[in-house]
Amino acid sequence: MRKRSADPAKIVPSDITPYQQYLSRRALIAGGLGFAAAQSIGGFAGVAFGQPAAALTYVRNGALSVADAPNSYTDITTYNNYYEFGTDKSDPSENAQKFRTRPWNVTIGGEAEVTGTFSLEDILQPHPLEERIYRLRCVEAWSMVVPWVGFPLGDLLKRFKPTSKAKFVEFKTLYDPKQMPGQRAAVLEWPYVEGLRIDEAMHPLTLMAVGLYGKVLPNQNGAPLRLIVPWKYGFKGIKAIVSIKFTEHAPRTTWAGSAANEYGFFANVNPAVDHPRWSQASERHIGANAFGRRQPTLPFNGYAAQVANLYNGMDLRKFF
Amino acid sequence: MWPIRWVLKPLVFLACLIPALHIGLGALNAAGVLHIGAVSLGADPVKVMLHTCGRWTLNFLMIALCMTPLKDLTHWVVWLRFRRMFGLFAFFYVLLHFSVYLLLDQSGKLGDLWQDIVKRPYITIGMLGLLLLIPLAVTSTAKAQRRLGRRWTRLHRLIYVISILGVWHFWWGVKKDIREPLLYVCGLTLLLGYRLWKHRQSLARVSVARFARTDGA
Repeated sequence: MRKRSADPAKIVPSDITPYQQYLSRRALIAGGLGFAAAQSIGGFAGVAFGQPAAALTYVRNGALSVADAPNSYTDITTYNNYYEFGTDKSDPSENAQKFRTRPWNVTIGGEAEVTGTFSLEDILQPHPLEERIYRLRCVEAWSMVVPWVGFPLGDLLKRFKPTSKAKFVEFKTLYDPKQMPGQRAAVLEWPYVEGLRIDEAMHPLTLMAVGLYGKVLPNQNGAPLRLIVPWKYGFKGIKAIVSIKFTEHAPRTTWAGSAANEYGFFANVNPAVDHPRWSQASERHIGANAFGRRQPTLPFNGYAAQVANLYNGMDLRKFF
Repeated sequence: MWPIRWVLKPLVFLACLIPALHIGLGALNAAGVLHIGAVSLGADPVKVMLHTCGRWTLNFLMIALCMTPLKDLTHWVVWLRFRRMFGLFAFFYVLLHFSVYLLLDQSGKLGDLWQDIVKRPYITIGMLGLLLLIPLAVTSTAKAQRRLGRRWTRLHRLIYVISILGVWHFWWGVKKDIREPLLYVCGLTLLLGYRLWKHRQSLARVSVARFARTDGA
């Protein structure tokens, strides 16, 4: 069953799971809803670092995965940009271990027919989980390959019936300086805010992640719920989401708001548009070969065939 | 004063090598030659090597600049006997910093290095600081000091400019969290401010002395 395209640029829409097959998978995974049940009794609320995280039930989505070898679990869970837990890469894995991800609520608001506050269990319950191996490219010019477990964001958003005025989606991270020591310093404006245009949010590649390497997402990677947009720089992937709001205008996002000349709203991976202080043409791949050569950065992080058409007619130098 | 020369100096010298030792062992670890968890440099060893060497360059510049104020404060001249060593260690760590950047971070591509120097102001000033340190390192011998005489003192005042460039390079290089560079800015302000204050004091003394002379005449 496992089918992986050698080059994600060559993935064509027909490669993506057909709807019928998707439905049959849903039936297959019905048993996997035990996942949600396990959560509701707090089954893995207190997973400690170093102990095996609870396993998830999921199906591998080979069609939407890259063939590259994933980074090690240790790399992915100890090298994190998550300023709520500190600005050093090793801070989140040290400071997020006692972070409480249960109970957890997500508030849905703005231009939609269904709004309100929902428990995490209600948010996750209808969605079968799939594993997708995605490239991750950080704006700091390093990259990893990560096997996420999650479900398409679009499937979640459709449940709230966004109105015709919903042109953008705004996400917010939890604001809780008691639990998130990084929020006690004004390094960034808190809470962290990110956003997508509605068509980007509905794109089948856009993922709500709840797991990593087949297990529940570790706290330092954004548990219990985080965004993954593989063709954008990593900072778009907001972590520990507590609010999703449909808006008519582009939200003011944290990094773009803090340094508009360095970080844009779109933040599509683009080797042709440099960060003012460093080149984006190449990247250092984190991993087994620590002293390997830099590798060239691909337009849209290698996902151009699937997403470039979202930006037809746009000047990507201006809207970086 | 044989204990200073034969005991204290070698001990300080060895201590100054500890960060380099850590980086060296860590690099061997990352390359798979060693397997010692305690010296692991984490998932991105190149970045850790780069930043550690950069930090220790600044640390040694600051330590070297502390020697004169410490001498004034304690009236022990012995501090000045360590100044050259600390200055040379700053040079040693900046060379390591540059080598890691060129060979490991940029994969040794000189063309990319030149692009970075021309296009990125924080790299331009960092590079300028490194270049300015070269003449100071070359003229650090007692022989050069004797040969250059008063010009040596003037030349070595470049260390003030170099320190400012170094801290500025750090400030501009960080992504967002400026708390650490800010510490260096505070330290450097104190160290350079002290020299400015001392200079003004001595000027004042000279003018008072002159005034006294004319008054007496």
